[in-house]
Amino acid sequence: MVPTPHATLAPLLARHAGRAHELLPLLHALQDSEGYVDPAHVPAIAAALNLSRAEVHGVITFYHHFRSAPPPATVVQVCRAEACRSRDGEALVAHVEAATGARIDGEPCQGIGVESVYCLGQCALSPAVTINGELHARVSPTRFDALLAATREEVAHD
Amino acid sequence: MTEISGMRAHRVYVPRDSAALALGADRVAAAVAAEAAKRGIAVDIVRNGSRGLFWLEPLVEVQTPSGRIGYSNVQASQVAALFDSGWPARAIQDGEREMAPVDPHGSWEAPMPDCVGRVDAIPYLAKQQRLTFARIGVTDPLSPTDYEAHGGLAGLRACLALDAEAACQTVLDSGLRGRGGAAFPAGIKWRTVSRAEASQKYVVCNADEGDSGTFADRLIMESDPFVLIEGMVIAALSVGASEGIVYVRSEYPHAIAMLEAAIGIARREGWLGADVLGSGRSCELRVAKAAGAYICGEETALLESLEGKRGVVRAKPPIPALSGLFGKPTLINNVITLASVPYIFAHGAQAYREFGMGRSQGTLPVQLAGNIRRGGLVELAFGVTLRTLLDEFGGGTASGRPAKAIQVGGPLGAYLPSAQWDLPMDYEAYAAVGAVVGHGGVVVHDDTADMAGLASYAMEFCALESCGKCTPCRIGSTRGVEVIERIRRGDTSTRQVTLLHDLCDTMVSGSLCAMGGMTPFPVRSALEYFPADFGLPDGAKRAEAA
Ligand SMILES: Cc1cc2nc3c(=O)[nH]c(=O)nc-3n(C[C@H](O)[C@H](O)[C@H](O)COP(=O)(O)O)c2cc1C
Ligand code: SF4
Ligand code: FES
Repeated sequence: MVPTPHATLAPLLARHAGRAHELLPLLHALQDSEGYVDPAHVPAIAAALNLSRAEVHGVITFYHHFRSAPPPATVVQVCRAEACRSRDGEALVAHVEAATGARIDGEPCQGIGVESVYCLGQCALSPAVTINGELHARVSPTRFDALLAATREEVAHD
Repeated sequence: MTEISGMRAHRVYVPRDSAALALGADRVAAAVAAEAAKRGIAVDIVRNGSRGLFWLEPLVEVQTPSGRIGYSNVQASQVAALFDSGWPARAIQDGEREMAPVDPHGSWEAPMPDCVGRVDAIPYLAKQQRLTFARIGVTDPLSPTDYEAHGGLAGLRACLALDAEAACQTVLDSGLRGRGGAAFPAGIKWRTVSRAEASQKYVVCNADEGDSGTFADRLIMESDPFVLIEGMVIAALSVGASEGIVYVRSEYPHAIAMLEAAIGIARREGWLGADVLGSGRSCELRVAKAAGAYICGEETALLESLEGKRGVVRAKPPIPALSGLFGKPTLINNVITLASVPYIFAHGAQAYREFGMGRSQGTLPVQLAGNIRRGGLVELAFGVTLRTLLDEFGGGTASGRPAKAIQVGGPLGAYLPSAQWDLPMDYEAYAAVGAVVGHGGVVVHDDTADMAGLASYAMEFCALESCGKCTPCRIGSTRGVEVIERIRRGDTSTRQVTLLHDLCDTMVSGSLCAMGGMTPFPVRSALEYFPADFGLPDGAKRAEAA
């Protein structure tokens, strides 16, 4: 069951109350359980940690990891950094866009969002992608199609 | 081989570092277990770390009387056929077969896994000088008995016999310099923190590893996390800190999980906590998860992030060694720097110092990445050349085309043309040609690479990841993209090229940190060595100077 926002937030606020330096662990916990950090929570977080709303907003928007809106059902991340570029990573980006219909770092298409990521530590086996958090290395367009098909099947079964 | 309920069980190793996992190692391990159960064959599966020979992953090994015999690129779908061929018992005969003394090339997507013979005889591995990475792939990363049986804790025990001053002197004498990029002598930093007067001090491990082409930190955390823990405890005791924090990038969930598990085990074993190895001294460690900002690898931005703020770079002084986390003296070192320390304490500063050249002592974990046939981790004494790394270890490019440019030291490092591949890897020798060794990441590009495109990307990355504190970096990088794109579109007038050089000069001299200060390195090197890719004549530099 998906917890209601308040059921998640209240214990987190209690756990980190008054400890401004624990803002990141709080945001991580919130995003881990809800999938994103709802901007509606910002005033409560700010009040609990003795921060201004601007500070909390500033932190959420500074870090690429935090999302301010719910993620699409399937998130594909494609590495755009140098080692992946050296092995046709940008051609893979184009292929992923074509295969999913989604634009990279743009609007999702039919529940699939495609995002840039900068290095997944698989630079010796590039190019690398993640699909719903699962890491895949040495990804050719054909292998990507197979991985995406497997994910679609899983999603359909859930 | 171990005895399980009267049957001789075959010990089978299936790696679990994230590179092996990204190629399906978990499914392979499950298939081996299922197939063995179906056939009534007793197997004892050990999830070891990766050896760092990534092009062979998943590299499955079978223990035999003649050593561990490896099978490369094993896919779950091939496991049944492998058993049909008499495996794993077959490994004993495979081990007796003479293997050619050449590096295997891997057979990803081949119909059957290839036997690569005795794994520690593979030239790629046998030719290395593994000090810091000695246990990688050999042991079970979460087995404390395995760790001690392979030399673990000897360094910490030696350190407990020393006072703080002598411990810091050991690090100084070893010649160890920071492996995170700036190459500052570790012993000097340790001594500064050690001598600072404060009620509370911290040790912070920089595990942000944001540079493309680097994975040594990840490999240590995933394949031998205890060595980092031991190094951090040694550091904490030496500088008078009782709390250590590992700041790990959020892109590494597997490393975070392994490290957290290892810290829990180390605490249970009494290697951490209130009474480290019965010494009466205390040390606590914890993991902090970063949130996807490259600049948080810069040490002061990292501290801001640990304090719960945006990762904006702090001006120095004060240096973190005197005023760091929450204003307290803080020792910040990279993962590899800290993981190198147990060897130094266990074997003595002199033993470490015997490796290397000039003022670059000890070993450097080189990370071979990008367009390379045999990508992976190569730990060698300083002084090796890129050409040796590319040809002898790497086996040339993966595409089979000629290599064109090699970027060393991450996204802020220069692109080196073939003419510079015979330079010894040494901090000073590289600095002399405007290049950096950095974290030892080596990214190879073949002759299809568009160097102007890569230069443009370098500026784009800086614009995306700039902390925003200073104008040359924040605005200059965006302008940099614009100018390079104008040149790429054909406006190769001297004016545009001069503008780009001016912009680079401004960024180099006007930026607070190396993000803005070094982004011009890849850009200028691309422009200087590969002018044709920008549509410029070879003599452009000379003409412009005239
Ligand atoms: C933009 C930027 C990014 C950096 N990223 C990292 C990093 O990911 N990991 C790291 O250890 N050091 C990184 N550094 C270097 C650190 O600031 C610092 O020098 C290092 O953590 C000190 O540890 P060491 O002396 O053991 O190398 C970065 C520096 C800059 C300017
Ligand atoms: S150079 Fe860039 S990243 Fe570094 S302090 Fe200035 S704005 Fe921040
Ligand atoms: S550059 Fe893509 S995984 Fe490192």
